[in-house]
Amino acid sequence: MQPVLDNIALFGRAGLDKVEAVGRSGMILINAIVARPDPVQSFPLLIRQLYSVGVLSMIIIIVSGLFIGMVLALQGYTILVDYGTEQAVGQMVALSLVRELAPVVAALLFAGRAGSALTAEIGLMKATEQLSSMEMIGVDPLRRIIAPRFWAGFISLPILTMIFSAVGVWGAMLVGVEWLGVYEGSFWANMQNSVDFFDDVVNGLIKAQVFGLVVTWVAVFQGYDALPTSEGISQATTKTVVYSSLAILGLDFIMTALMFGDF
Amino acid sequence: MELFDDIIIDIKQLTFSRGNRYIYKDVDIRIPRGKVTAIMGPSGTGKTTLLRLIGGQLKPDSGSILLDGDDIPCLGRSELFDVREKMGMLFQSGALFTDMSVFENVAFPIRVHTKLPEDMVRDVVLMKLQAVGLRGAAQLMPSELSGGMSRRVALARAIALAPALVMYDEPFAGQDPIAMGVLVNLIQKLNQALGHTSIIVSHDIKEALSIADYVYIIADAGVIAQGTPEELQKVDSEQVRQFMMGLPDGPVPFHFPAADITTELMEG
Amino acid sequence: MRIRGVELAVGVFMLVGALSLAVLAINVSGLGLSKQEGSYKVYALFENVGGLTARSKVSMSGVTIGQVGAIRIDPERLMAVVEIEMNGDVDYLTVDSSASILTAGLLGEKYIGITTGADDEVLTEGGYIEDTQSSLVLEELIGKFLFNKASE
Repeated sequence: MQPVLDNIALFGRAGLDKVEAVGRSGMILINAIVARPDPVQSFPLLIRQLYSVGVLSMIIIIVSGLFIGMVLALQGYTILVDYGTEQAVGQMVALSLVRELAPVVAALLFAGRAGSALTAEIGLMKATEQLSSMEMIGVDPLRRIIAPRFWAGFISLPILTMIFSAVGVWGAMLVGVEWLGVYEGSFWANMQNSVDFFDDVVNGLIKAQVFGLVVTWVAVFQGYDALPTSEGISQATTKTVVYSSLAILGLDFIMTALMFGDF
Repeated sequence: MELFDDIIIDIKQLTFSRGNRYIYKDVDIRIPRGKVTAIMGPSGTGKTTLLRLIGGQLKPDSGSILLDGDDIPCLGRSELFDVREKMGMLFQSGALFTDMSVFENVAFPIRVHTKLPEDMVRDVVLMKLQAVGLRGAAQLMPSELSGGMSRRVALARAIALAPALVMYDEPFAGQDPIAMGVLVNLIQKLNQALGHTSIIVSHDIKEALSIADYVYIIADAGVIAQGTPEELQKVDSEQVRQFMMGLPDGPVPFHFPAADITTELMEG
Repeated sequence: MRIRGVELAVGVFMLVGALSLAVLAINVSGLGLSKQEGSYKVYALFENVGGLTARSKVSMSGVTIGQVGAIRIDPERLMAVVEIEMNGDVDYLTVDSSASILTAGLLGEKYIGITTGADDEVLTEGGYIEDTQSSLVLEELIGKFLFNKASE
């Protein structure tokens, strides 16, 4: 009887710990959002973070977008050509990219590239007492370190998602029109007839915005909450990638159901 | 005793615990103004915790920490901000901000707490770097410095605002003899030249005793001995003597608690 | 100098993002800037709209002149009311125009085809197209065919 009870107690304790962690992460999010330091000082900080979070993720986003667009076009073409409707390849690629693939894949790549880097950077700052020493100087690290990183991630991901979509469509055009010889006019016309700016593009952007919030939130929290040791940082980095990927996929299903489901 | 005519920090009945373990239990510590006070003790007795308590980064369970009459645990956010202007802290790892140059690191507290024009900030920073002998390294990044150098830069940053109190967390740990000598010298000289109060947390007995005016030895959640370095040499307590002489066995046992070795071997 | 490089890169990043949004808006979703201005609504009653959905095309002689807005049931007449958003420059539809639900190709999507009549008056905001022809429903066609066969 006793071991069973112990296990149940352990389970409850783990649950309590998780709830507590969620609470702490919420506090950090609120502090980072509410923290409004003077814009003269924080603007250069934001720019610097936009560079390391956004600009440095551009290469991987552009390359992946290009290849995903090209692969989709190739796969779509081989199926559609059997029904003589290969002009619809543009429509197919554009819809799947704009609605689904661009926000999700860009967010996953972003979690791996920028999210893990954020966690490692903040964790290292904690381990080397930089956060404490900033606090002793009288500067709140939540404002100075966390807030600009959070906003940079929040701003960057939708931009990266748009770049991903645009490059993907261009890649599809390269394969479909230039290589496989789909008539260019109907390629674009089909696409434009079926993709709606507000229903598809804007909804995709809303998804990207939510993912941006979640991924940077997870990354920043895991870094700030990491144990200040080497193992602590590497664990936190892994957690960032795992948790944010799971959150992206789960939220994507919910948002897709809300946006495109008929109910 | 004349040493305690003028005290800057008065810690009364301080209790602090982590989980179920007491780090401090009803501890009283007084730090004389303008002197070098060393806090010593074996690893893991919470010496760094004491500095964080004084800095207001941790809150005690009970007790008061008076800095010039301000009770630090009771201060609000903005009052704490003002009090911290009077403190400088040198962290064990140096804790330089890795994304800023040496110059910017030292300028950071000045920019945060004052509205000095840029050319004055520059003058102050260069003077502080000159004091630690690293003016020539102003434009280097922290990653380009050796361990001893980055600790000296951190020291320059800690004294950037001419604080009344400078706290050193294990300043000698992991330094080669030359760097250690430089640091001992610097701490002593700066203390005399600038007239601030120094608190050194350390377990490097020789170095700490050579510059300390007064010493507290901490173990078992309390102060086990205190006095001037000379007085401490004469203390007749086994625990203190083990620590001061660095004896491998004594009240702090060499062996981790275990069953008797012969029985354990026989069982196998 | 290093700081300027960073600022420049971030600026380029933002610009590329804006450019991508423009591409998505104009090239991919065909969001014309002139399209939104001045459309007016007319209504048409159908027995059966089978397969017609919101945003379906409305065309005349094969040229798109508007799109379908909302589709709902008129509870009094128990027929489907289709709201048609006509482009603002279409001012030549007479009140006796007819609307029929057609299919693009054999399996394609449904759209509304409009043919004008001969009246002098033209349709304006809130007008009704009276002459309508419903969607062809395969089951009904087969049913009719069988009924005719049987009565022969």
